[in-house]
Amino acid sequence: MTIGEVRENPAPAASVVRQPTFVVEPSKGWLALNLQEVWEYRELLYFLAWRDIKVRYKQTILGAAWAIIQPFFTMVIFSLFFGRLAKIPSDGIPYPIFSYAALVPWTFFANGLTQSSNSLVASANLIKKVYFPRLVVPISSILSGAVDFVLAFIVLLVMMVYFDTLPTWNIVWLPLLLLLALVTSLGVGLWFTAMNVQFRDVRYAVPFLVQAWMFATPIAYPSSLLGEPWRTLYGINPMVGVIEGFRWALLGVNTAPGPVIIISSLVSVGLLVSGAFYFRRMEKTFADVV
Amino acid sequence: MSDVAIRVQNLSKQYHIGGTQAGYKTLRESLVEGIQAPFRRARKLLRGQATGAAELDETIWALKDVSFEVNEGEVVGIIGRNGAGKSTLLKVLSRITEPTRGRAEVYGRVGSLLEVGTGFHQELTGRENIYLNGAILGMKKAEIERKFDEIVAFAEIEKFIDTPVKHYSSGMYVRLAFAVAAHLEPEILLVDEVLAVGDVAFQKKCLGKMGDVAKSGRTVLLVSHNMGAIDALCETTVFLEQGKVVDIGQTPVVIQQYLSSLYDIADYSLQNRVDRGGSGRAKINYIYLATSDGLPLQQVLSGQEVMIVIGYESQIPLNHPTFKLTVYNNVGQPLTQFDSSLTNALFIQLPLRGYVGCQLGKLPLSARRYRLHASLDNGVELLDHWTGAYSFTVGPGNYYGTGRNVVGLKDVCLVDQTWQLLENAPEVHWSV
Repeated sequence: MTIGEVRENPAPAASVVRQPTFVVEPSKGWLALNLQEVWEYRELLYFLAWRDIKVRYKQTILGAAWAIIQPFFTMVIFSLFFGRLAKIPSDGIPYPIFSYAALVPWTFFANGLTQSSNSLVASANLIKKVYFPRLVVPISSILSGAVDFVLAFIVLLVMMVYFDTLPTWNIVWLPLLLLLALVTSLGVGLWFTAMNVQFRDVRYAVPFLVQAWMFATPIAYPSSLLGEPWRTLYGINPMVGVIEGFRWALLGVNTAPGPVIIISSLVSVGLLVSGAFYFRRMEKTFADVV
Repeated sequence: MSDVAIRVQNLSKQYHIGGTQAGYKTLRESLVEGIQAPFRRARKLLRGQATGAAELDETIWALKDVSFEVNEGEVVGIIGRNGAGKSTLLKVLSRITEPTRGRAEVYGRVGSLLEVGTGFHQELTGRENIYLNGAILGMKKAEIERKFDEIVAFAEIEKFIDTPVKHYSSGMYVRLAFAVAAHLEPEILLVDEVLAVGDVAFQKKCLGKMGDVAKSGRTVLLVSHNMGAIDALCETTVFLEQGKVVDIGQTPVVIQQYLSSLYDIADYSLQNRVDRGGSGRAKINYIYLATSDGLPLQQVLSGQEVMIVIGYESQIPLNHPTFKLTVYNNVGQPLTQFDSSLTNALFIQLPLRGYVGCQLGKLPLSARRYRLHASLDNGVELLDHWTGAYSFTVGPGNYYGTGRNVVGLKDVCLVDQTWQLLENAPEVHWSV
């Protein structure tokens, strides 16, 4: 042990120059994303998502059924009010399955967004006491919603059988569409969760935003209500691409959403990249402020 | 072997603690301020500048120009009062928070234990929490699987491994949490005050485990208030005060300096002006007042449970030793003596180096200054006699448990007492 220059220096010439494993120093400006490190911590990512899944429906009576109840009853309500009463068109598909096919990815997106926005604040005790790449926290909170998605999706398949709807071959695109929903919710979630550390206003703003966003997305109505070029521009809302894509792939709606999806994907990736950099930039304040 | 593991250079960390906000002058100003503030904050937020507390001027340096080096395999203690910057230092070194200035180079995989049971989830079972907590501390799944049985055995919770931890007793909970942490095997381990968990037997086990870790050639930085643990585990110790390094060096020397600093400077000079007697073949190294867990007390109050801890070192086997502490008041009158041979503590043989504690149920001294003389003999010879070994001030305390502090104007010592009206007292005729 030496105190700076006061005590003796340990054999300067003899020791080989070693690279430090890491250096602690003040950072400035924009930082690299360091995704390599996130990958190294993939087991933590897995365990945190696993914990969220395990814990989510503990001490509830209905348990995992909640994953189905939420989109299913929204579908029932939509069918009654928008389908029956308002007679909103549904691209020639039975209204219940038309809306439910949209509600399944939407619920995944909305829950992912809500949970990732709160994720850093909810993990404050971890962030203050343990080091790990902070990106792991919002990512894991979104991944844990995948189980809910699968459950709700099984109900969708059952409904398709009931309504005698055959999926098209386009179903192979489904995983990519789901990825698009995930990227969108992570992108927005990264922005919000980083802001939430500093300003708890975000917690109150997010439910409101999710609600507004739902009406801005063609869930209760088809995007075909809009004429071109507006329908394509509508894709600036990335969830438009996801929802239209789901209906196209599963229900065979004849309005292939090609250009819409391209715009949605670009916006979505833009959100993710900017969100990730913003997150990294704010990261240094997390442990002190949260 | 003497490769550097951690090199800390002028490491500084500033915290904003808020407080002085410029007062608004008029309603109009405050309204304008109130309307502008969110926009200004939003602008700063987008620029990535810290806002909120950072706008306020009041700051403290939790660490100020801290520099030191730790070599591979060294076990280094970090001591200091609460708020001296010990935990901040570990946080910065483990990358939880960034330094404001300076830099530190770390050579090797770091594991940090700043808290026992970080990330434990109440709803999960013991088994699930082992995996979760292990992953959080940076263990790989395969590593956890390999050590699983060992962890469960160490925590002594075999029967409850599949019970949710919310049903655990607090003792079981901390045992499990420590057990996971204790099986972490990084090259560099940063530990903050985690030894003080569980009952006495488990604490001993923890200390033993830490000793194993220390001997296994790993580099360890250990923050503790437990001087016994620091002394037992660390060869070198860093003493921090108000974010600065006061001293670095041999553990006993630094501990002595730290303990002295807890009391007045006058005490320190008193301790240096040693009036020692005896053969010196065994010596009392230091004396301090502590809680019953051995944590040094900065202040003692009348009626408080206090333990007097004596650190000693001997060159000869210590058979049947007797420790005596005599308490003197500020004018030099002896008040009482604590004598290990008169109470139930009959030491048959003590290790060559260690601590003995004299536990006082309830400090019966009123608010005043006192001095202690200490002596150690083994029935054959007087080994050490230290006049004015230690002095301390007792503050007014709640001795009688009534909430009223005994200020101590006329009392020398305090005695438990109950007062009552005697209604059926036998009549005594004083007349002859």
